[in-house]
Amino acid sequence: MDSNYIENQEVENRPDNTAFTQQRLPAWQPILSAGIVIPLFVLVGLAFIGIGVALFVTSRNLHVLEMDYTGVEKTSPCFSCSDPIKQKNCKCSLSFELDKLFEGPVFFYYGLTNYFQNQRAYGVSKDYNQLSGDLDYFTFFFSIVPDSTCKPYRYDVNNKPIVPCGSLANSMFNDTFNLYQMKNGVKEEVPLDGKGISWWTDYNIKYRNPSVNPLRNAFNGTVKPLYWSKPAYELDPTDTANNGFINQDFLVWMRRSALPNFRKLYRRITDGLPAGNYSLEISYNYPVIAFDGKKKVAFSNVSWMGGKNEFLGIAYLVIGSLCLVMSVVMLIIYHWRNSSPDAN
Amino acid sequence: MGWKVKANDRAYHQLPEFQKKVFLCIKKSRYSGNAIKTYKYNALTFIPLNLYEQFKRVANVYFLALLILQIIPDITTLPWYTTLIPLVVVLGITAIKDLVDDLARHRMDKEINNRKTEVLLDGRSEHTQWRDVQVGDVVRLKKNDFIPADILMLSSSNPNSLCYVETAELDGETNLKFKMGLRVTDERLQGVHELADFDGLIECEEPNNRLDKFIGTMLWNRERYPLDLDNMLLRGCKIRNTDVCHGLVIFAGADTKIMKNGGKTRFKRTKIDELMNYMVYTIFALLVLVAAGLAIGHTFWYDQIGAKAWYLFDGKGYSASHRGFLSFWGYIIVLNTMVPISLYVSVEVIRLGQSKFINWDLQMYYADKDTPAKARTTTLNEQLGQIEYIFSDKTGTLTQNIMQFKKCTIAGRSYVVKQMEKADLSARVFQPVDWSWNRYADKMFQFMDHSLVATVRSGKDKDAMEFFKLLSLCHTVMVDEDMVYQAASPDEGALVTAARNFGYVFLNRTQDTITIQEGDKENSYEMLALLDFNSDRKRMSIILRFPDGRIRLYCKGADTVIYERLSAESKHTKSTQTALDIFANETLRTLCLCYKDISAGEYEAWERRHKEAQVVLADRDAALDRVYEDIEKNLMLIGATAIEDKLQDGVPETIAKLAKADIKIWVLTGDKKETAENIGYSCSLLTDDMQIHYGEDVKSVPLVHIQSAPPLHLVTYFFTYSGSYALQVNLNHLTHGPCVDFVDMACECEAVICCRVTPKQKANVVSLVKKYKKAVTLSIGDGANDVNMIKTADIGVGISGQEGMQAVMSSDYAFAQFRYLERLLLVHGRWSYIRMCKFLRFFFFKNFAFTLVHFWFSFFSGYSSQVNWFITLYNLCYSSLPVLLVGLLDQDVNDKLSLRFPKLYLPGQQGSLFNYKNFFISLFHGIFVSLIIFFIPYGAFLQTMGQDGEAPSDYQSFAVVTASSLIFIVNLQISLDTSYWTFVNCFAVLGSIAIYFGIMFDIHSAGIHVIFPAYFTFTGAASNALRQPYLWLTIVLTVGISLLPVICIQFLSKTIWPSVGDQVRSRRESTHIRRGHRRLSFSPRSSGQNERKTPVANGSHRQSDGTRTSS
Repeated sequence: MDSNYIENQEVENRPDNTAFTQQRLPAWQPILSAGIVIPLFVLVGLAFIGIGVALFVTSRNLHVLEMDYTGVEKTSPCFSCSDPIKQKNCKCSLSFELDKLFEGPVFFYYGLTNYFQNQRAYGVSKDYNQLSGDLDYFTFFFSIVPDSTCKPYRYDVNNKPIVPCGSLANSMFNDTFNLYQMKNGVKEEVPLDGKGISWWTDYNIKYRNPSVNPLRNAFNGTVKPLYWSKPAYELDPTDTANNGFINQDFLVWMRRSALPNFRKLYRRITDGLPAGNYSLEISYNYPVIAFDGKKKVAFSNVSWMGGKNEFLGIAYLVIGSLCLVMSVVMLIIYHWRNSSPDAN
Repeated sequence: MGWKVKANDRAYHQLPEFQKKVFLCIKKSRYSGNAIKTYKYNALTFIPLNLYEQFKRVANVYFLALLILQIIPDITTLPWYTTLIPLVVVLGITAIKDLVDDLARHRMDKEINNRKTEVLLDGRSEHTQWRDVQVGDVVRLKKNDFIPADILMLSSSNPNSLCYVETAELDGETNLKFKMGLRVTDERLQGVHELADFDGLIECEEPNNRLDKFIGTMLWNRERYPLDLDNMLLRGCKIRNTDVCHGLVIFAGADTKIMKNGGKTRFKRTKIDELMNYMVYTIFALLVLVAAGLAIGHTFWYDQIGAKAWYLFDGKGYSASHRGFLSFWGYIIVLNTMVPISLYVSVEVIRLGQSKFINWDLQMYYADKDTPAKARTTTLNEQLGQIEYIFSDKTGTLTQNIMQFKKCTIAGRSYVVKQMEKADLSARVFQPVDWSWNRYADKMFQFMDHSLVATVRSGKDKDAMEFFKLLSLCHTVMVDEDMVYQAASPDEGALVTAARNFGYVFLNRTQDTITIQEGDKENSYEMLALLDFNSDRKRMSIILRFPDGRIRLYCKGADTVIYERLSAESKHTKSTQTALDIFANETLRTLCLCYKDISAGEYEAWERRHKEAQVVLADRDAALDRVYEDIEKNLMLIGATAIEDKLQDGVPETIAKLAKADIKIWVLTGDKKETAENIGYSCSLLTDDMQIHYGEDVKSVPLVHIQSAPPLHLVTYFFTYSGSYALQVNLNHLTHGPCVDFVDMACECEAVICCRVTPKQKANVVSLVKKYKKAVTLSIGDGANDVNMIKTADIGVGISGQEGMQAVMSSDYAFAQFRYLERLLLVHGRWSYIRMCKFLRFFFFKNFAFTLVHFWFSFFSGYSSQVNWFITLYNLCYSSLPVLLVGLLDQDVNDKLSLRFPKLYLPGQQGSLFNYKNFFISLFHGIFVSLIIFFIPYGAFLQTMGQDGEAPSDYQSFAVVTASSLIFIVNLQISLDTSYWTFVNCFAVLGSIAIYFGIMFDIHSAGIHVIFPAYFTFTGAASNALRQPYLWLTIVLTVGISLLPVICIQFLSKTIWPSVGDQVRSRRESTHIRRGHRRLSFSPRSSGQNERKTPVANGSHRQSDGTRTSS
């Protein structure tokens, strides 16, 4: 004790004796031993195969009906509409037949290919302030608003601001579809539900209409996007609440896709489609042939895992099996290594 | 033009001839004022200068260039804040650090400049601030005053114009040193009036940084007087034991030696630093290539598709190639994370942490002296794990540098006592000499030979008396009031103390007398000249006038130099030589003592030449050497002393351990060959199974052989021997030899001992090995003579021992005992290296994996680039902490095991944990992971819908899925790489993932979008995407595919080609298991069998099982 006492007196430089400073923190030092790795691979393999089977089976039970209506081929029903010269208000119809019930709810998509919604300049070409209903961004103000990213769809020739501005809004998909079931030669319209097809957050938070009543007054002094036939406040003539920036079709379009081939939700068919003959009437407005794009419609039903997609199930199955194979390989190598005399 | 200073004449120094051009035609006196300025910035210049300093770093310039690119609207692909924020953070932190440092310097400067001192002005003494002192002023200094400038001492209140100074602030040495004024000034310049009238003109060398040299002359009353360093009081020292002294300011302020010394130290860099830089360049080249490729892709894409896509029309009308050009710069911006800028900051943090760990290590703390280890630089830690060559000083480094006078030989008779075998063995016979008869005797002093005391006391043996008289007279030791000797070197202290015990007591020294007590009488000897020691002369002499008028020269020095100068009549040379050899074999340090009688006439003639040499301005040292040489010849040998210097604790074990780690140890010593060789054996540097080659043989045989053959043959030549080699080299033989051959040859040997080396040669040896072997070198030493070598080596280690602090001051690492070197290298060095390598590999991987996802995405987005806040935060918050912690805390094996298995050190020497191979592995790993991260979600997204029918294949959901996968992969990958899991690591990994989700949900929340609608546009993306089980399954699959192959490969490579570390670890594991078994079964036999099966790393597993597992 004495010597300790003396030591303590003159040891002001003595480092602290703590687990941290002495690098002796309690620690777990795992190593990838055979006892861990091989069972891990077996377990992961089995789990992946399980998931894969579930995904695969689920996906198999889903139905997808996809039809191209671009009208590139002469035989295609929309061939006449694809001619860029007489494009205005062209209508064409696709017929198809279901031999058994398409279980509901069925989702009705339109699809585009070779369409680069993910282009950066295109994607940012919009004014978020405008779209959140801020009236300050509806006016021409020293060339500051609307946002300059909207170029070249910012002002019209008279320097009136375009609302909603920007390439993304300007190029909104404007084909419309009506679905008829042929019952004994009579066309009976299938009810399409267009409510709630966009994200809740988009509809309720991100996009807001200006709180001006009636809505059209908010757009005084602005012009509609150049390629639009109707101004924003008249997008849906049937439902006044579905207009302006919170129009469902507009919202779906504005949520741009990640990849150049994509589908977007158009309508929902809650009760499903009974077996029979159908006719899909298309008002063909949207030009895609210029850039070698394709237009498609698709009907699909969904499960817990979403729509039909076999990729994930197969991938899980492959990886799971590989895990099992590798666990066997590792086991063999491990044994060979440990029994060979030069293991040291 | 020399440096001219006129006393008491301030106007003189403003004469036009002393003006120098400062700027254009503004001229200024070349004599600095005494105010010092160490600060770098003032209030106005701080921001511009500090920014300028910071933008000297390439990384910051790169950042700035990116920022500028981002401001150009046509190019910008990232919002400007993604670059600005990190840049501002980095610059801001550095600037704050600089500011704090500079404020401290401001305070220091102010404090120092405002110190008071007394200056004689207009015949009166005035209290003045330091800043107002000027060259040529006469100042008065009192006891315990700091010296304000470099001052020529004029007079002192002490007798004989002596003045004691403490130089701790200058060189760290704590023993008092004395300074002397010229006798003439001391006599005539005591009073204020005389001093005020003093008008001497001093001519001396220009200001320089050499603390050990000053040459000048004083012209006063038409006479010239020589001036040297002994007359100078240097700024930074403190006056001790002297009431008042006066001096003349020669150099002030920035011209003083201490300020000149405060220059830049040589900047050392580690191998990894260099490698890292090259890799950053490689990555940059890669980045340019990738960006160029994508730009070309964009050009073609625009030509084929983009131009036709009416919806993409942007009204700018650029051509495809113009767009390609713009997109090149856009990609440079987007992919900038590939060049890991935060790397440099993180590396600094890790190194700082490692240095702290070294400072904190209790096992490198020397309790006896209360000295912890100190990492004085924070930039070299990982280099400690790569050392291939150690160059060690001997005295004070391997040995304790506590000298004890053990043996002597006088007139051919050796007073030698057999080594005390054991204390208990016949203790009576080996009773130490009883010193009670001598009141001055130092009680600590032990000597075994009673006959010598008897001989001396009897007063009959003239030689023995002369021997001790010499020891008490021929030295530079100082003595203070309490009869405590202040010796510059421990050898001298030991010798003077020995003489004191034998009845020749050094009492007092004045400027030109030395007083000793011989028996009962006190005698004063007039000191006519002191021919001082230096490492080239290896001897010192003193010329004394005895009380009876005889003039005699005493000389002591190394045997080689003394024997060359012995007179032909000198007796006992053979027998003394034999004794010297015996002493040397016992690893004792020897000195030869001799004398010479000089006739008055001879002395006068010599003195004239000596005086002339003293006032020579150019090359005074050489001139003095020649004069000294003239008088130091025809010496008469008296005898020789042998001083013991014990080995430090643990030196042999440390050397053996380091040798096992394949570190080659070279000992560079000033000792003679035999001493060196025996020290080599006693510290187990040399072992019996080694074959020893001596430099002389080497020179005569192989060098001749080599010179005619290409150097390649040398290697084969040396391999024709079997067994191990040790080489002893007397470097004198090698000064002109072919260096390459020497190095090649010496490096073939396991151990090399260079003896009789001067400090300069030490440094030369180090730089030779560095130059020809491209090896990582470490020098370790304790004295001023090791400073060169410490500065030359890649890493310099200073031992804070008996010889002052110079070595420590110039070192990178410092501690108190040689044995700590083992821990510094094998534990701290190894850990630092492994940690740094792991960190770098992972860091590169993580940035590749992240950045290249963009690359793949580009193929599907028309080669345009996308981004968001994620880029900014990725390196900052989501992935940096766990890897930083691995860089700080990871241990593959604990310290006990790394000390027990020195072979674990080898990967560091080979640099096998981080090199271009590892870099490319990281690159490919990154490419692989980025492919997975992109293409698995791609496949999953290609055609699908969400649970509720909404298409989740939108861009924002895709981003959320890839980003989440990336965060999981990166954090789990680092978890896999972490071999030392503490709760901090655990916390960091989980924390990073939690922070990621936290921030993501925040940024994607409604609230933040309402506040900043234009900046936070991912509203709801996270909640919408992560609601889908399908996307979670995608993430799980992505993570699985990225990690499982890595685990598999690691396991297989570990099983098939286990590294030393793996073996040690699995051994530890199996030991644990075995211990468990034993506790259960109590079956020692089965554990024995187990042991035989366990892979063994190397031969050092001899310890019993119990000690090994005690860890």
